[in-house]
Amino acid sequence: MPTFFVNKERVDIAAGVPGDTPLLWILRDNLNLTGTKYGCGMALCGACTVHIDGQPTRSCVTPLSALKPGVEITTIEGLATREGRAVQTAWEKLDVPQCGYCQSGQVMAATALLARTKRPTDADIDEAMTGIACRCATYVRIRAAIKEAARSLA
Amino acid sequence: MNPMRMRPPATPQDTMSRRVFLKSTAAAGAGLTLGLYFGDAVAQMSGPGKTVGTAAIGMFEPNAFLRVGRDNTVTVVVKHLEMGQGVYTGLPTLIAEELDAAWSQVRVEGAPADASRYNNLLWGPAQGTGGSTAMANSYEQYRQAGAAARAMLVAAAAGQWKVGADSVQVKNGVVFHASGKKATYGELAEAAGRQPVPANVKLKDAKDFVYIGKHVPRTDSKAKSNGTARFTQDLKLPDMLTAVVAHAPRFGQKLARFDSAGVTGIPGVRYVVEIPNGVAVIATTFWAAKKGRDALKVEWDETTGFRGSSDAMMAEYVKLAATPGASARKDGDAGNAIGGAAKKLEASFEFPYLAHAAMEPMNCVVKLTPELCEVWNGEQFQTGDQFAIAKYSGLKPEQIKLNMLYAGGSFGRRASATSDYVLEAVSIAVALVKAGKPGIPVKMVWTREDDMKGGYYRPMYVHALRAGIDASGNIVGWHHRIVGQSILAGTAFESMMVKDGIDLTSVEGASTLPYSIPHVAVELHSTKVGVPVLWWRSVGSTHTAYSTETFIDELAVAAGKDPVDFRRGMLAKHPRHLAALELAADKAGWGKPLPAGKAGEKRGRGVAVHESFGTVVAQVAEVTVDKDSKFRVDRVVCAVHCGVAVNPDVVRAQMEGGIGFGLTAALYGKITLKDGIVEQSNFHDYPLLRINEMPAIDVHIVPSTDKPSGVGEPGVPVIAPALANALAAATGKRLRTLPLVLG
Repeated sequence: MPTFFVNKERVDIAAGVPGDTPLLWILRDNLNLTGTKYGCGMALCGACTVHIDGQPTRSCVTPLSALKPGVEITTIEGLATREGRAVQTAWEKLDVPQCGYCQSGQVMAATALLARTKRPTDADIDEAMTGIACRCATYVRIRAAIKEAARSLA
Repeated sequence: MNPMRMRPPATPQDTMSRRVFLKSTAAAGAGLTLGLYFGDAVAQMSGPGKTVGTAAIGMFEPNAFLRVGRDNTVTVVVKHLEMGQGVYTGLPTLIAEELDAAWSQVRVEGAPADASRYNNLLWGPAQGTGGSTAMANSYEQYRQAGAAARAMLVAAAAGQWKVGADSVQVKNGVVFHASGKKATYGELAEAAGRQPVPANVKLKDAKDFVYIGKHVPRTDSKAKSNGTARFTQDLKLPDMLTAVVAHAPRFGQKLARFDSAGVTGIPGVRYVVEIPNGVAVIATTFWAAKKGRDALKVEWDETTGFRGSSDAMMAEYVKLAATPGASARKDGDAGNAIGGAAKKLEASFEFPYLAHAAMEPMNCVVKLTPELCEVWNGEQFQTGDQFAIAKYSGLKPEQIKLNMLYAGGSFGRRASATSDYVLEAVSIAVALVKAGKPGIPVKMVWTREDDMKGGYYRPMYVHALRAGIDASGNIVGWHHRIVGQSILAGTAFESMMVKDGIDLTSVEGASTLPYSIPHVAVELHSTKVGVPVLWWRSVGSTHTAYSTETFIDELAVAAGKDPVDFRRGMLAKHPRHLAALELAADKAGWGKPLPAGKAGEKRGRGVAVHESFGTVVAQVAEVTVDKDSKFRVDRVVCAVHCGVAVNPDVVRAQMEGGIGFGLTAALYGKITLKDGIVEQSNFHDYPLLRINEMPAIDVHIVPSTDKPSGVGEPGVPVIAPALANALAAATGKRLRTLPLVLG
């Protein structure tokens, strides 16, 4: 009966839940945390990005059985760090989203970037964000908003 | 701390589901189709539809487009789908402007399906979103709605204060008078509701605008930055189940038989039902449904289904392009003019099928009872879906309730001319009704693979162009032939938009070539192929802008003229094109040399200008090509003429995003078929542009007082030709096959 934490709340998984269930669907279908999105199911688009112990992770290819007991999972709903709030504020200020479907993944990836790199360069941004696809191509604003968030945290 | 506890999924199939399963297989064996099921279902369905959407007491609801609550909120009912283009901001802006509301009091709500109130004024009696028409058709309607409500609120205040209405003023949602009296809209809402609706209202003069043309923040940015925006994929209803469908591998292929032996033991699976499009596995969670779908043993009828290959089809198209087609435009005698020209050029272009690949794969929630079919969907074409569902289900159109949710992208896909995926979801609900399980909400979810292989692509095309230039470098004749599937043939739109064998969406942008050329011929071959096709963001312009604007560029070079000057000289009758072209060229520093690249790199600048949906966009692309012929787009300068830019920042965003969307097609977009099987399945073989490939973009808006035209699509088609022209400037190579590969 694996136990872990999602947005600081303890989650106990009953024995009947198949271990191959991806974390994405545990979050969405069982915990009703629908901010994390399904886009490809193959870790190709990044819409499902969450933090596991602070690391941006593709929840669509992370099976329940791979979660170590006690890990801390943060989803867009539980994003409460200083960096996370700065990113969301910048996202709003610059009106980054268009359709919005990928933006939870973008926000999670950007937050993880700022948590480890205070003043990211364009190359840092490319490296951290290239895995998160945006079909509306809001990339110009994503880049600008990350820089805006970094400035606001300085 | 309250731990969230997860229950184990429900136990395997109950007796009912087993019965359904047995029934389905029996039906399959007997060759029955859902159509026959349906007769029974219809018989069960009787009684009136429910009335929905009555106004709460105390609400001021002057018209279909807004209501003012006692809590001082102004709720704007938006009749168009928000799929990223900003319509949930743009239409409320119009009402807030004329109402003099404070932006902070504005709320947004999606309209129900009701074409009598919410039809697209450019589509006649139909309700729906597309063709970049949302702002264009709503600009006066929504302003009038706001102005009428303002007049009624003012009249209510004047009545209460016993002063003339002319002396009552409004600012930021507060009504006031020189005497010192003031009231909020919320306080006046009830009294305003008793005022007669004015027959005529005067709209504001542009100089008095406080929102239109200014910065107004998007209404959806917050919810889309914190995960609370609700898409169809996110909808939860009591007792809702999720369905994943086993689709035929080929278009039009029929089911032979299926065996669900391996499915029945999967925890969470509730029902397995045959539907016209295949077999649906219905379960308590997506994962259970998908595992069930993947465990099904399905055999498809090998004698049915489309078995074409795109390579062979392309070869056929090339042959067809050498023969005369139906005439879409004929000015003078192009053939003769080209024959006698001093210089002749010809070029042939190939465009692949393209998938929309919205980030939210297609999905739809349906709850069906004998009285009502309720649908939750990123609903882009209410009237079409309403009638298609009614016809399929035997209910009346007014018994079809459509709830419009945010769409995680669409790019045309959710406005299906055949209501394909919506009907698939309905067919699953119908199968449940037939099985004696009405009223269970079912969310049909397509996987990415279902979505990518599911058809409704931008058609494949071949273009053949030739032109002649006289001794002074003027184009004397232009001959353009297009080969490809008609999007509209066989749809409800055929009678309106296919004229004399010409599907207007196949030739738009080509038949409307703006350049002053004395002899022009545009011809079309509409091919009949068993691949479902559909409009794809900017539709015909996705290919016509490319062939016309790269060929014009080639002609400019052949004529020894500067590409901007060459175009300018032929655009005297098109001031909007001229304005956009000149603004883009000016802002890009056209004519000044580009800074050199690193050693071994070549740089180039290319221009293109194109009108779609009444909006003209000009772009200048700057590229760098390395010694291995790899290239990157460094910068794009974009000028847009869209009349009044209601929200300039949204216009800029749509140009930025449109350029990125167009670049994905230019660099990567290609769907191919082999023996009828679509060869791509997910983002590894149908890649999307990523942030590291996104150029810097400068957008400039041509100042204008013309009525607004759309901006969702027109930024898309211009980037590929601008890029190709830049690559030609850098390398001398003319690329005529999409996606673009140098070297």
